[in-house]
Amino acid sequence: MATTLTREQTRTRVKPAVIDGDIHNDLPSPQALLPFLPAEWRDYHARFGTFGYSATAYPRINPNAARHDAWPPGGGNPGSSLTFMREQLLDAWNIEYGILNCLIGAGARRLDQSAAVAQAINEWQVATWLDPEPRLRASLVVPYEDGQLAAAEIDRAARDRRFVQVLLIARTAEPLGRRKYWPLYEAAVRNDLPIGIHFGGSGGFPFTGAGRPSYYIEDHAGMAQAFQSQVVSLVCEGVFEQFPTLKIVMIEGGFAWLPPLMWRLDAAYGRLRAETPHLKRLPSEYIREHFWITTQPMEEPTKPAQFHQLLDQLGMSDRLIFATDYPHWDFDAPDQAFPVRLDPDLERRIMADNAKGLYKF
Amino acid sequence: MLVPSGEAIAVAAPGALIDCDVHNAVPSVEALFPYLPRYWVEHVQQSVFKGAGSTYYPPNAPVTARPGSIPPDGPPGSSLVLLRDQVLDPLGVEVAILNCLYAIDSLRNPEAAVAFASAVNDWQIAEWLDREPRLRGSIVVPPQLPELAAREIDRVGDHPGFVQVLLPARSEHPYGSRLFRPLWEAIDRRKLVAGIHFGGAPGNPPFPSGWPSHYFEEYAGMAQVFQSQLASIVSEGVLDLFPTTRIALLESGFTWLPAFMWRFDKEWRNLRQLVPWVKRAPSAYIREHVRLTVQPLDSPPTTEELLTTIEELGSDDLLLFATDYPHRHRADPARDLLPYLPETLARKIRHENARALYGLTVVAG
Repeated sequence: MATTLTREQTRTRVKPAVIDGDIHNDLPSPQALLPFLPAEWRDYHARFGTFGYSATAYPRINPNAARHDAWPPGGGNPGSSLTFMREQLLDAWNIEYGILNCLIGAGARRLDQSAAVAQAINEWQVATWLDPEPRLRASLVVPYEDGQLAAAEIDRAARDRRFVQVLLIARTAEPLGRRKYWPLYEAAVRNDLPIGIHFGGSGGFPFTGAGRPSYYIEDHAGMAQAFQSQVVSLVCEGVFEQFPTLKIVMIEGGFAWLPPLMWRLDAAYGRLRAETPHLKRLPSEYIREHFWITTQPMEEPTKPAQFHQLLDQLGMSDRLIFATDYPHWDFDAPDQAFPVRLDPDLERRIMADNAKGLYKF
Repeated sequence: MLVPSGEAIAVAAPGALIDCDVHNAVPSVEALFPYLPRYWVEHVQQSVFKGAGSTYYPPNAPVTARPGSIPPDGPPGSSLVLLRDQVLDPLGVEVAILNCLYAIDSLRNPEAAVAFASAVNDWQIAEWLDREPRLRGSIVVPPQLPELAAREIDRVGDHPGFVQVLLPARSEHPYGSRLFRPLWEAIDRRKLVAGIHFGGAPGNPPFPSGWPSHYFEEYAGMAQVFQSQLASIVSEGVLDLFPTTRIALLESGFTWLPAFMWRFDKEWRNLRQLVPWVKRAPSAYIREHVRLTVQPLDSPPTTEELLTTIEELGSDDLLLFATDYPHRHRADPARDLLPYLPETLARKIRHENARALYGLTVVAG
């Protein structure tokens, strides 16, 4: 049995308070959602259940993609017990605020089912997480493959300001700049909420532009490419001209790929701008204005100096938000996440201040 | 900022430049008639089928043709005379590698795919390789049919003019997949380079989330497709199975490579038990087996950042000079890159790395 780090073991390692931009809460069991679903969808779940896109069944390593020590002692999935999350994360690492990104239910093929489940998840988040724990905030789960239904859920639920973000996923059924998603962005702007795009998902297409890879390591590493195509799409479709106050947070995508992507986009814009007359500025300008990035999984350059070079090339040190990805196996601990020692001022911004500014804590 | 060394590529000594990405285009389907079986000639004459597209670029896009590269009687890249006048002679090119982008991968009819691939290769031999000793060629294959692609490689692979097999970056399945074992075996058997080139028409979308609206997006996004191909080839153990395999990424850009290697190495440290045959960090395989052309340069705003990125590649052996003629990009490596490099590295990029990759002999003097 793996050792569990307790508050006593870890608190001496942590100094100031931290804001965690990526925590995953889960249902203890599928039945736990039923009280929050309308009767007709309870009935549907009993008779059919949920189905999404197939062809994602890679042999992996960790059950539920979780740390070995993150299974609650009282049972249930990792991330399903608030008591254990307090002990293992919030108290142990002195988390001042943590953002819950619940990865359940919004990608069903039936869009009306997706909408019902999203609403139920959000109500479950309020009752089970936000009401009992003042340090927690949550992302709104929305039926993102239908812009109108997603907008309706945003307008309904965003009145509770403990929802601080709208959650999308890196692999969608169309590139995220496409117009079907625009009502969702309009609602996010109307409610003054950033959009978080999180690692994962499947829109039914092969996971890479080169077809379906064979191994989970390609799936996992390939998420960086999924994020890059979403950035390309959001910029090139003119989403930021249409919604000049829209804010996007890329969660669990890494960021070392972003400087070369900005270079490539700017270089291509020099030759191909006639195709996108709706763009008024360089792609990199839209990116630096509209994007935030969470840190986990942190890229680890060969030499420490290259990490500093990366931050310089990125030019977005006021946009980096620390994240642990608790309770997943690739958890980044607040005192060990960075491959280099950062300037204390920069470290404070990444560990807390940038998130405070974005989420208005 | 480094100071330019003052040595411009145009005045480089003769024999000091190898251009690893030049495009020869099939001027029209009729040009293939002498090399096609009579069945397909008649079919083209009698039906709406006119073969595959001659390039993966949109025909009228500003990247497709540089000024003066369109001959009166065909698409850009279809004239050997113009290639001599615009590239080989003025730059003093010792050897140029032809990459014919005829879109065999878009032909779903397997007999057509094989017949047109063979015709294009015989056309390349007769009208390019046999006529111009400075040219080397890439074998066009139907990658969607690996067994038949291997047969085509064996059919023409011993012609001394062919040094490479051309694989479009976008594919129906990633090239590491074991579906492609016959293809890798043939490449290995004939001691050819696997040249993975920008583009492709496999039918599945270029993004993990489907089809983007603009060519601009597909162009910028092609770097991610190359990344996925490298992830596949390393993860599937192709380079362990064929330890002398050489791969050239053509028109891929290269500034994305350091960040990709950092991420992929980290993934391997965490998940290597899923791919136990991958014995070393992915970056070690990539530095040993993979080379990349310098066009498009995708250059950062400052030369200093560009040089930092080149240093982060971690090897002087990776980059290959290329003009990508007749395509047109914003930056020109001869103007924007080579003059800023130390002479030893510039020399490697101009010709030494390509010479080693393609096994080209040194011209005396």
